[in-house]
Amino acid sequence: MYVAVKGGERAIDNAHAWLAEERRGDQDVAELSIAQIREQLSLAVNRVMAEGSLYDPDLAALAIKQARGDLIEAIFLIRAYRTTLPRFGSSKPVETGAMRCERRISATFKDLPGGQVLGPTFDYTHRLLDFKLAAEGVAPEVPERPAAEGPVPHVAEFLNREGLIETAPAEDTPPPDLTRAPLEFPAERALRLQALTRADEGFSLGLAYSTQRGYARNHAFVGELRIGQVDVAMEVPELGFAIDIGEITLTECETVNQFKGSRTEPPQFTRGYGLVFGQSERKSISMALVDRALRWEELGEDNVGAPAQDTEFVLAHGDNIQATGFLEHIKLPHYVDFQSELELVRKLRREAGAAPMQEAAE
Amino acid sequence: MPDAAHIDRRGWLSLLAKAPDAEFLPLFDALGTLPDFDWLRAPEVGSVMVQGRMGATGAPFNLGEMTVTRCSLQLPGGQVGHGYVQGRSKPAAKAVALVDALMQTDAAARLRADILAPLMAGAAGRAETRARKAAATKVEFFTMARGED
Repeated sequence: MYVAVKGGERAIDNAHAWLAEERRGDQDVAELSIAQIREQLSLAVNRVMAEGSLYDPDLAALAIKQARGDLIEAIFLIRAYRTTLPRFGSSKPVETGAMRCERRISATFKDLPGGQVLGPTFDYTHRLLDFKLAAEGVAPEVPERPAAEGPVPHVAEFLNREGLIETAPAEDTPPPDLTRAPLEFPAERALRLQALTRADEGFSLGLAYSTQRGYARNHAFVGELRIGQVDVAMEVPELGFAIDIGEITLTECETVNQFKGSRTEPPQFTRGYGLVFGQSERKSISMALVDRALRWEELGEDNVGAPAQDTEFVLAHGDNIQATGFLEHIKLPHYVDFQSELELVRKLRREAGAAPMQEAAE
Repeated sequence: MPDAAHIDRRGWLSLLAKAPDAEFLPLFDALGTLPDFDWLRAPEVGSVMVQGRMGATGAPFNLGEMTVTRCSLQLPGGQVGHGYVQGRSKPAAKAVALVDALMQTDAAARLRADILAPLMAGAAGRAETRARKAAATKVEFFTMARGED
Protein backbone atom coordinates (compact mmCIF):
# COMPACT_ATOMS: atom_id res chain seq x y z
CA MET A 1 0.00 0.00 0.00
CA TYR A 2 1.32 3.46 -0.87
CA VAL A 3 0.60 6.50 1.22
CA ALA A 4 1.54 10.14 0.81
CA VAL A 5 5.22 10.59 1.71
CA LYS A 6 5.63 14.21 0.66
CA GLY A 7 4.59 17.31 2.51
CA GLY A 8 5.62 18.99 5.69
CA GLU A 9 8.49 21.00 4.16
CA ARG A 10 7.00 24.33 5.19
CA ALA A 11 6.25 23.07 8.69
CA ILE A 12 9.82 21.76 8.99
CA ASP A 13 11.39 25.01 7.78
CA ASN A 14 9.27 27.02 10.17
CA ALA A 15 10.07 24.67 13.04
CA HIS A 16 13.79 25.11 12.38
CA ALA A 17 13.45 28.89 12.23
CA TRP A 18 11.69 28.84 15.58
CA LEU A 19 14.35 26.48 16.94
CA ALA A 20 17.04 29.00 15.97
CA GLU A 21 15.15 31.78 17.74
CA GLU A 22 14.61 29.68 20.87
CA ARG A 23 18.26 28.70 20.85
CA ARG A 24 19.21 32.35 20.99
CA GLY A 25 16.73 32.96 23.82
CA ASP A 26 15.93 36.45 25.10
CA GLN A 27 17.80 38.85 22.84
CA ASP A 28 18.16 41.31 25.71
CA VAL A 29 20.56 38.78 27.24
CA ALA A 30 24.10 38.75 25.83
CA GLU A 31 24.85 35.95 23.38
CA LEU A 32 27.23 33.17 24.44
CA SER A 33 30.49 32.99 22.51
CA ILE A 34 32.26 29.75 21.64
CA ALA A 35 35.21 30.90 23.75
CA GLN A 36 32.93 31.45 26.75
CA ILE A 37 31.56 27.92 26.48
CA ARG A 38 35.03 26.46 25.97
CA GLU A 39 36.49 28.29 28.96
CA GLN A 40 33.58 28.36 31.40
CA LEU A 41 31.70 25.13 30.65
CA SER A 42 34.88 23.13 30.19
CA LEU A 43 33.64 19.92 31.78
CA ALA A 44 30.69 19.83 29.38
CA VAL A 45 33.15 20.45 26.55
CA ASN A 46 35.28 17.56 27.86
CA ARG A 47 32.33 15.21 27.92
CA VAL A 48 31.39 16.08 24.35
CA MET A 49 34.98 15.48 23.22
CA ALA A 50 35.19 12.16 25.08
CA GLU A 51 31.89 10.72 23.88
CA GLY A 52 32.09 12.42 20.49
CA SER A 53 35.50 10.73 20.28
CA LEU A 54 37.16 13.82 18.82
CA TYR A 55 39.55 16.06 20.75
CA ASP A 56 38.85 19.63 19.64
CA PRO A 57 37.60 21.99 22.38
CA ASP A 58 36.39 24.71 19.98
CA LEU A 59 34.31 22.27 17.93
CA ALA A 60 32.84 20.74 21.09
CA ALA A 61 31.92 24.22 22.35
CA LEU A 62 30.27 25.04 19.02
CA ALA A 63 28.32 21.78 19.17
CA ILE A 64 27.10 22.59 22.69
CA LYS A 65 25.92 26.00 21.54
CA GLN A 66 24.18 24.60 18.48
CA ALA A 67 22.55 21.84 20.58
CA ARG A 68 21.26 24.35 23.16
CA GLY A 69 23.23 22.50 25.83
CA ASP A 70 21.80 19.05 24.99
CA LEU A 71 25.07 17.15 25.35
CA ILE A 72 23.96 14.00 23.55
CA GLU A 73 22.80 16.12 20.61
CA ALA A 74 26.19 17.89 20.72
CA ILE A 75 27.99 14.52 20.76
CA PHE A 76 25.89 13.52 17.74
CA LEU A 77 27.06 16.66 15.88
CA ILE A 78 30.70 15.89 16.69
CA ARG A 79 30.37 12.24 15.61
CA ALA A 80 28.83 13.37 12.32
CA TYR A 81 31.58 15.93 11.72
CA ARG A 82 34.26 13.38 12.59
CA THR A 83 33.21 11.16 9.71
CA THR A 84 33.98 13.98 7.23
CA LEU A 85 37.65 14.19 8.24
CA PRO A 86 40.35 12.32 6.33
CA ARG A 87 42.40 10.19 8.74
CA PHE A 88 46.10 11.14 8.60
CA GLY A 89 47.16 8.16 10.69
CA SER A 90 47.52 6.91 14.22
CA SER A 91 49.54 8.42 17.02
CA LYS A 92 52.10 6.54 19.02
CA PRO A 93 50.51 5.38 22.30
CA VAL A 94 50.47 8.33 24.71
CA GLU A 95 52.80 8.02 27.70
CA THR A 96 50.68 8.76 30.74
CA GLY A 97 53.73 8.12 32.94
CA ALA A 98 55.11 11.38 31.53
CA MET A 99 51.86 13.26 32.20
CA ARG A 100 52.18 16.79 33.54
CA CYS A 101 49.82 16.05 36.41
CA GLU A 102 47.42 18.68 37.70
CA ARG A 103 45.69 16.19 39.92
CA ARG A 104 47.00 12.90 41.16
CA ILE A 105 45.50 11.02 44.06
CA SER A 106 45.66 7.49 45.40
CA ALA A 107 43.08 5.92 47.67
CA THR A 108 45.43 3.01 48.46
CA PHE A 109 48.65 4.71 49.59
CA LYS A 110 48.77 7.78 51.78
CA ASP A 111 52.43 8.56 51.35
CA LEU A 112 53.65 7.93 47.85
CA PRO A 113 56.33 9.49 45.68
CA GLY A 114 54.85 12.55 44.03
CA GLY A 115 52.29 12.92 46.82
CA GLN A 116 48.56 13.44 46.84
CA VAL A 117 47.86 16.41 44.58
CA LEU A 118 44.23 17.51 44.71
CA GLY A 119 44.14 19.84 41.70
CA PRO A 120 41.03 21.81 40.75
CA THR A 121 38.49 19.41 42.28
CA PHE A 122 34.88 19.52 43.48
CA ASP A 123 35.87 17.07 46.24
CA TYR A 124 35.65 18.55 49.73
CA THR A 125 33.38 21.36 48.55
CA HIS A 126 30.15 21.55 50.53
CA ARG A 127 27.85 21.37 47.52
CA LEU A 128 26.07 24.49 48.67
CA LEU A 129 24.97 26.91 46.00
CA ASP A 130 27.40 29.80 45.78
CA PHE A 131 25.31 32.89 45.25
CA LYS A 132 28.41 34.97 44.71
CA LEU A 133 28.64 33.36 41.26
CA ALA A 134 25.21 34.83 40.44
CA ALA A 135 26.77 38.26 40.81
CA GLU A 136 30.15 39.12 39.32
CA GLY A 137 32.37 36.04 39.16
CA VAL A 138 35.88 37.29 39.75
CA ALA A 139 38.43 34.46 40.01
CA PRO A 140 40.39 34.47 43.26
CA GLU A 141 44.15 34.69 43.45
CA VAL A 142 45.41 31.08 43.18
CA PRO A 143 48.21 30.14 45.59
CA GLU A 144 51.36 28.69 44.06
CA ARG A 145 54.22 26.69 45.46
CA PRO A 146 57.49 25.50 43.98
CA ALA A 147 56.88 22.42 41.85
CA ALA A 148 58.96 19.25 41.83
CA GLU A 149 60.64 18.49 38.52
CA GLY A 150 60.17 15.31 36.54
CA PRO A 151 57.49 12.73 35.90
CA VAL A 152 55.32 11.25 38.65
CA PRO A 153 55.59 7.42 38.83
CA HIS A 154 52.48 5.26 38.54
CA VAL A 155 51.20 3.67 41.75
CA ALA A 156 51.01 0.22 40.10
CA GLU A 157 54.81 0.26 39.84
CA PHE A 158 55.14 0.14 43.64
CA LEU A 159 52.98 -2.98 43.91
CA ASN A 160 54.76 -4.44 40.90
CA ARG A 161 58.06 -4.44 42.76
CA GLU A 162 56.67 -6.98 45.22
CA GLY A 163 54.97 -8.95 42.46
CA LEU A 164 51.65 -8.34 44.19
CA ILE A 165 49.81 -7.02 41.14
CA GLU A 166 49.39 -8.28 37.63
CA THR A 167 51.70 -6.60 35.15
CA ALA A 168 50.78 -4.95 31.88
CA PRO A 169 53.77 -5.74 29.65
CA ALA A 170 54.28 -3.47 26.67
CA GLU A 171 53.55 -4.83 23.25
CA ASP A 172 52.76 -3.20 19.97
CA THR A 173 50.06 -5.19 18.24
CA PRO A 174 48.01 -2.73 16.15
CA PRO A 175 44.68 -2.39 17.98
CA PRO A 176 41.30 -3.03 16.34
CA ASP A 177 39.29 0.11 15.52
CA LEU A 178 35.52 0.11 15.93
CA THR A 179 35.23 3.22 13.74
CA ARG A 180 36.58 1.18 10.82
CA ALA A 181 35.12 -2.29 11.34
CA PRO A 182 31.78 -3.24 12.87
CA LEU A 183 31.89 -4.37 16.49
CA GLU A 184 32.13 -8.16 16.69
CA PHE A 185 31.90 -10.46 19.66
CA PRO A 186 33.71 -11.76 21.58
CA ALA A 187 35.48 -8.39 21.73
CA GLU A 188 39.10 -8.29 22.87
CA ARG A 189 40.12 -5.86 25.59
CA ALA A 190 41.54 -3.22 23.21
CA LEU A 191 38.18 -3.00 21.47
CA ARG A 192 36.29 -2.94 24.77
CA LEU A 193 38.44 -0.06 26.02
CA GLN A 194 37.82 1.92 22.83
CA ALA A 195 34.08 1.40 23.20
CA LEU A 196 34.13 2.23 26.92
CA THR A 197 36.12 5.45 26.61
CA ARG A 198 33.49 6.87 24.23
CA ALA A 199 30.50 5.26 25.97
CA ASP A 200 27.78 7.31 27.62
CA GLU A 201 28.85 8.61 31.01
CA GLY A 202 25.52 7.85 32.63
CA PHE A 203 25.41 4.31 31.29
CA SER A 204 29.01 3.67 32.40
CA LEU A 205 28.32 5.13 35.83
CA GLY A 206 25.22 2.98 36.29
CA LEU A 207 27.03 -0.20 35.32
CA ALA A 208 30.06 0.61 37.48
CA TYR A 209 27.73 1.33 40.40
CA SER A 210 26.00 -2.00 39.86
CA THR A 211 29.34 -3.79 40.38
CA GLN A 212 29.84 -1.90 43.64
CA ARG A 213 26.38 -2.92 44.81
CA GLY A 214 27.06 -6.59 44.24
CA TYR A 215 26.35 -7.45 40.61
CA ALA A 216 29.81 -8.93 39.87
CA ARG A 217 31.45 -7.20 42.78
CA ASN A 218 35.19 -6.85 42.24
CA HIS A 219 36.30 -4.84 45.28
CA ALA A 220 37.85 -1.91 43.47
CA PHE A 221 40.16 0.60 45.10
CA VAL A 222 41.21 3.66 43.17
CA GLY A 223 44.92 2.86 43.06
CA GLU A 224 45.49 6.06 41.22
CA LEU A 225 43.62 8.83 39.50
CA ARG A 226 45.58 11.38 37.51
CA ILE A 227 44.60 14.31 35.33
CA GLY A 228 46.98 16.36 33.25
CA GLN A 229 48.54 17.02 29.88
CA VAL A 230 50.34 14.56 27.64
CA ASP A 231 52.02 15.08 24.29
CA VAL A 232 50.66 13.24 21.28
CA ALA A 233 53.41 12.06 18.93
CA MET A 234 53.04 10.61 15.46
CA GLU A 235 55.45 9.17 12.91
CA VAL A 236 55.42 11.49 9.91
CA PRO A 237 56.39 9.54 6.77
CA GLU A 238 57.62 12.59 4.83
CA LEU A 239 60.00 13.40 7.70
CA GLY A 240 61.03 9.87 8.58
CA PHE A 241 60.70 10.47 12.32
CA ALA A 242 58.06 11.19 14.95
CA ILE A 243 57.04 14.67 16.06
CA ASP A 244 54.54 15.91 18.61
CA ILE A 245 51.36 16.92 16.82
CA GLY A 246 49.54 18.16 19.87
CA GLU A 247 49.00 18.22 23.59
CA ILE A 248 45.83 16.88 25.17
CA THR A 249 44.35 16.66 28.64
CA LEU A 250 43.50 13.15 29.82
CA THR A 251 42.04 11.56 32.92
CA GLU A 252 43.47 8.17 33.84
CA CYS A 253 42.15 5.83 36.52
CA GLU A 254 43.76 2.59 37.60
CA THR A 255 41.86 0.44 40.02
CA VAL A 256 43.46 -2.16 42.23
CA ASN A 257 41.13 -5.11 42.68
CA GLN A 258 41.11 -8.10 44.94
CA PHE A 259 41.81 -11.41 43.20
CA LYS A 260 41.87 -14.75 44.97
CA GLY A 261 43.93 -16.43 42.28
CA SER A 262 43.01 -19.10 39.79
CA ARG A 263 44.45 -22.37 38.48
CA THR A 264 47.11 -20.46 36.58
CA GLU A 265 47.59 -17.27 38.61
CA PRO A 266 48.66 -16.86 42.27
CA PRO A 267 46.58 -14.62 44.55
CA GLN A 268 47.43 -11.05 43.62
CA PHE A 269 45.83 -7.75 42.85
CA THR A 270 44.37 -7.21 39.41
CA ARG A 271 43.73 -3.98 37.58
CA GLY A 272 40.96 -2.13 35.82
CA TYR A 273 41.82 0.74 33.50
CA GLY A 274 40.11 3.95 32.52
CA LEU A 275 41.51 6.61 30.18
CA VAL A 276 39.28 9.42 28.92
CA PHE A 277 39.73 12.68 26.99
CA GLY A 278 39.64 15.80 29.14
CA GLN A 279 39.02 16.20 32.84
CA SER A 280 36.47 13.38 33.05
CA GLU A 281 36.90 11.88 36.47
CA ARG A 282 33.57 10.15 37.06
CA LYS A 283 33.69 8.62 33.59
CA SER A 284 37.26 7.43 34.00
CA ILE A 285 36.57 5.66 37.33
CA SER A 286 33.41 4.12 35.86
CA MET A 287 35.36 2.90 32.84
CA ALA A 288 37.97 1.23 35.05
CA LEU A 289 35.33 -0.61 37.09
CA VAL A 290 33.47 -1.82 34.01
CA ASP A 291 36.74 -2.80 32.29
CA ARG A 292 37.64 -4.91 35.33
CA ALA A 293 34.21 -6.57 35.44
CA LEU A 294 34.44 -7.47 31.73
CA ARG A 295 37.78 -9.18 32.32
CA TRP A 296 36.19 -12.06 34.30
CA GLU A 297 36.88 -14.61 31.59
CA GLU A 298 40.58 -13.92 31.04
CA LEU A 299 41.11 -13.93 34.82
CA GLY A 300 39.29 -17.24 35.24
CA GLU A 301 36.52 -15.80 37.42
CA ASP A 302 32.93 -17.01 37.54
CA ASN A 303 30.33 -15.46 35.32
CA VAL A 304 27.62 -14.62 37.83
CA GLY A 305 25.35 -13.35 35.07
CA ALA A 306 25.74 -9.69 36.03
CA PRO A 307 25.06 -7.07 33.35
CA ALA A 308 28.57 -5.56 33.78
CA GLN A 309 30.12 -8.95 32.88
CA ASP A 310 28.20 -9.24 29.63
CA THR A 311 30.45 -7.80 26.92
CA GLU A 312 27.75 -7.76 24.29
CA PHE A 313 25.24 -6.11 26.61
CA VAL A 314 27.73 -3.43 27.69
CA LEU A 315 29.25 -2.61 24.32
CA ALA A 316 26.05 -2.81 22.33
CA HIS A 317 24.19 -0.43 24.64
CA GLY A 318 26.87 1.95 25.88
CA ASP A 319 27.02 4.16 22.81
CA ASN A 320 24.56 6.99 23.34
CA ILE A 321 24.45 7.95 19.66
CA GLN A 322 23.44 4.47 18.57
CA ALA A 323 21.02 4.30 21.47
CA THR A 324 19.40 7.66 20.94
CA GLY A 325 19.26 7.11 17.19
CA PHE A 326 17.25 3.96 17.60
CA LEU A 327 15.21 5.25 20.50
CA GLU A 328 14.27 8.55 18.91
CA HIS A 329 13.49 7.12 15.50
CA ILE A 330 10.26 5.69 16.90
CA LYS A 331 8.81 9.20 17.13
CA LEU A 332 9.20 9.66 13.37
CA PRO A 333 6.36 8.70 11.04
CA HIS A 334 5.48 5.00 11.24
CA TYR A 335 2.07 5.46 9.65
CA VAL A 336 2.26 2.41 7.43
CA ASP A 337 3.64 0.13 10.14
CA PHE A 338 0.95 1.28 12.50
CA GLN A 339 -1.78 0.97 9.88
CA SER A 340 -0.97 -2.72 9.52
CA GLU A 341 -0.99 -3.18 13.32
CA LEU A 342 -4.35 -1.44 13.45
CA GLU A 343 -5.77 -3.71 10.78
CA LEU A 344 -4.45 -6.75 12.62
CA VAL A 345 -5.95 -5.75 15.99
CA ARG A 346 -9.30 -4.99 14.34
CA LYS A 347 -9.26 -8.37 12.62
CA LEU A 348 -8.36 -10.23 15.85
CA ARG A 349 -11.08 -8.41 17.75
CA ARG A 350 -13.62 -9.23 15.04
CA GLU A 351 -12.68 -12.90 15.26
CA ALA A 352 -12.62 -12.90 19.09
CA GLY A 353 -15.92 -11.05 19.21
CA ALA A 354 -17.54 -13.28 16.58
CA ALA A 355 -16.62 -16.55 18.29
CA PRO A 356 -18.59 -16.17 21.59
CA MET A 357 -21.64 -14.99 19.68
CA GLN A 358 -21.42 -18.04 17.51
CA GLU A 359 -21.15 -20.24 20.63
CA ALA A 360 -24.15 -18.54 22.19
CA ALA A 361 -26.16 -19.09 19.04
CA GLU A 362 -25.36 -22.78 19.12
CA MET B 1 64.73 19.97 26.25
CA PRO B 2 67.60 21.83 24.55
CA ASP B 3 67.36 25.59 24.30
CA ALA B 4 66.17 27.48 21.22
CA ALA B 5 69.71 27.81 19.89
CA HIS B 6 70.15 24.03 19.74
CA ILE B 7 66.67 22.58 19.20
CA ASP B 8 66.61 20.13 16.26
CA ARG B 9 64.00 19.70 13.54
CA ARG B 10 61.96 17.22 15.56
CA GLY B 11 62.06 19.72 18.42
CA TRP B 12 60.97 22.79 16.50
CA LEU B 13 58.20 20.98 14.62
CA SER B 14 56.89 19.58 17.94
CA LEU B 15 57.05 23.03 19.53
CA LEU B 16 55.27 24.72 16.61
CA ALA B 17 52.54 22.02 16.38
CA LYS B 18 51.53 22.71 19.99
CA ALA B 19 51.94 26.50 20.00
CA PRO B 20 48.72 28.48 20.56
CA ASP B 21 47.74 30.46 17.43
CA ALA B 22 47.43 33.62 19.48
CA GLU B 23 51.09 33.33 20.43
CA PHE B 24 52.61 31.98 17.23
CA LEU B 25 50.85 33.92 14.48
CA PRO B 26 51.74 37.44 15.75
CA LEU B 27 55.41 36.38 16.00
CA PHE B 28 55.20 34.93 12.50
CA ASP B 29 53.54 38.04 11.07
CA ALA B 30 56.28 40.18 12.61
CA LEU B 31 58.84 38.44 10.39
CA GLY B 32 57.79 40.77 7.57
CA THR B 33 58.20 39.87 3.90
CA LEU B 34 58.27 36.15 3.23
CA PRO B 35 59.69 34.28 0.23
CA ASP B 36 57.55 32.81 -2.53
CA PHE B 37 56.86 29.11 -2.35
CA ASP B 38 55.07 26.29 -4.14
CA TRP B 39 52.55 24.09 -2.44
CA LEU B 40 53.50 20.43 -2.40
CA ARG B 41 50.37 19.73 -0.39
CA ALA B 42 47.86 22.50 0.25
CA PRO B 43 46.66 22.83 3.86
CA GLU B 44 44.11 20.15 4.78
CA VAL B 45 42.21 19.47 7.98
CA GLY B 46 42.04 15.85 9.10
CA SER B 47 42.19 13.63 12.13
CA VAL B 48 44.71 11.46 13.89
CA MET B 49 43.63 8.47 15.94
CA VAL B 50 45.18 8.85 19.40
CA GLN B 51 46.25 5.62 21.07
CA GLY B 52 46.57 4.80 24.74
CA ARG B 53 48.00 1.74 26.46
CA MET B 54 45.86 -0.58 28.58
CA GLY B 55 47.04 -0.32 32.17
CA ALA B 56 49.22 2.64 31.08
CA THR B 57 52.05 0.32 30.01
CA GLY B 58 50.42 -2.58 28.10
CA ALA B 59 49.14 -3.14 24.59
CA PRO B 60 47.78 -0.16 22.66
CA PHE B 61 44.10 0.67 22.15
CA ASN B 62 42.33 3.43 20.24
CA LEU B 63 41.33 6.28 22.53
CA GLY B 64 39.69 8.64 20.03
CA GLU B 65 40.67 11.10 17.36
CA MET B 66 42.01 14.65 17.44
CA THR B 67 41.91 17.30 14.74
CA VAL B 68 45.16 18.07 12.94
CA THR B 69 45.94 20.37 10.01
CA ARG B 70 48.91 19.75 7.73
CA CYS B 71 50.58 21.06 4.58
CA SER B 72 53.90 20.94 2.73
CA LEU B 73 55.61 23.55 0.61
CA GLN B 74 58.87 24.23 -1.21
CA LEU B 75 60.96 27.40 -1.37
CA PRO B 76 62.57 28.56 -4.66
CA GLY B 77 65.90 27.36 -3.21
CA GLY B 78 64.50 23.81 -3.01
CA GLN B 79 64.01 23.62 0.78
CA VAL B 80 60.90 21.65 1.73
CA GLY B 81 58.89 22.61 4.79
CA HIS B 82 56.23 20.54 6.51
CA GLY B 83 53.58 21.99 8.79
CA TYR B 84 51.55 19.96 11.29
CA VAL B 85 49.41 21.72 13.90
CA GLN B 86 46.83 20.57 16.42
CA GLY B 87 43.37 21.86 15.54
CA ARG B 88 41.91 23.29 12.36
CA SER B 89 43.98 26.39 11.57
CA LYS B 90 45.19 26.41 7.96
CA PRO B 91 47.07 29.74 8.43
CA ALA B 92 48.96 28.18 11.35
CA ALA B 93 49.87 25.06 9.36
CA LYS B 94 51.14 27.22 6.50
CA ALA B 95 53.17 29.37 8.90
CA VAL B 96 54.73 26.26 10.50
CA ALA B 97 55.69 24.86 7.08
CA LEU B 98 57.29 28.20 6.12
CA VAL B 99 59.25 28.35 9.36
CA ASP B 100 60.33 24.72 8.85
CA ALA B 101 61.56 25.49 5.32
CA LEU B 102 63.25 28.74 6.35
CA MET B 103 65.01 26.94 9.21
CA GLN B 104 66.96 25.17 6.46
CA THR B 105 68.21 28.52 5.11
CA ASP B 106 70.49 31.19 6.57
CA ALA B 107 67.40 32.73 8.19
CA ALA B 108 67.61 29.96 10.82
CA ALA B 109 69.44 31.98 13.49
CA ARG B 110 66.90 34.78 13.30
CA LEU B 111 63.98 32.33 13.49
CA ARG B 112 65.47 30.64 16.53
CA ALA B 113 65.65 33.99 18.28
CA ASP B 114 62.40 35.57 17.07
CA ILE B 115 60.05 32.58 16.94
CA LEU B 116 61.38 29.48 18.67
CA ALA B 117 62.81 31.14 21.79
CA PRO B 118 59.63 33.08 22.70
CA LEU B 119 57.43 30.05 21.98
CA MET B 120 59.60 27.83 24.18
CA ALA B 121 59.50 30.40 26.95
CA GLY B 122 55.71 30.67 26.60
CA ALA B 123 55.20 26.89 26.75
CA ALA B 124 57.57 26.51 29.70
CA GLY B 125 55.89 29.40 31.52
CA ARG B 126 52.39 27.95 31.09
CA ALA B 127 53.50 24.50 32.24
CA GLU B 128 55.38 25.99 35.19
CA THR B 129 52.39 28.05 36.35
CA ARG B 130 50.06 25.05 36.28
CA ALA B 131 52.66 22.88 38.01
CA ARG B 132 53.05 25.52 40.75
CA LYS B 133 49.27 25.72 41.25
CA ALA B 134 49.13 21.91 41.44
CA ALA B 135 51.99 21.87 43.96
CA ALA B 136 50.00 24.23 46.19
CA THR B 137 47.21 21.61 46.35
CA LYS B 138 49.54 18.83 47.49
CA VAL B 139 48.36 17.36 50.78
CA GLU B 140 50.71 17.65 53.76
CA PHE B 141 49.57 14.95 56.19
CA PHE B 142 50.17 15.33 59.88
CA THR B 143 49.25 12.91 62.63
CA MET B 144 47.45 13.97 65.77
CA ALA B 145 49.20 12.93 69.00
CA ARG B 146 47.22 10.00 70.38
CA GLY B 147 47.71 9.33 74.11
CA GLU B 148 48.67 5.60 73.86
CA ASP B 149 52.46 5.92 73.86
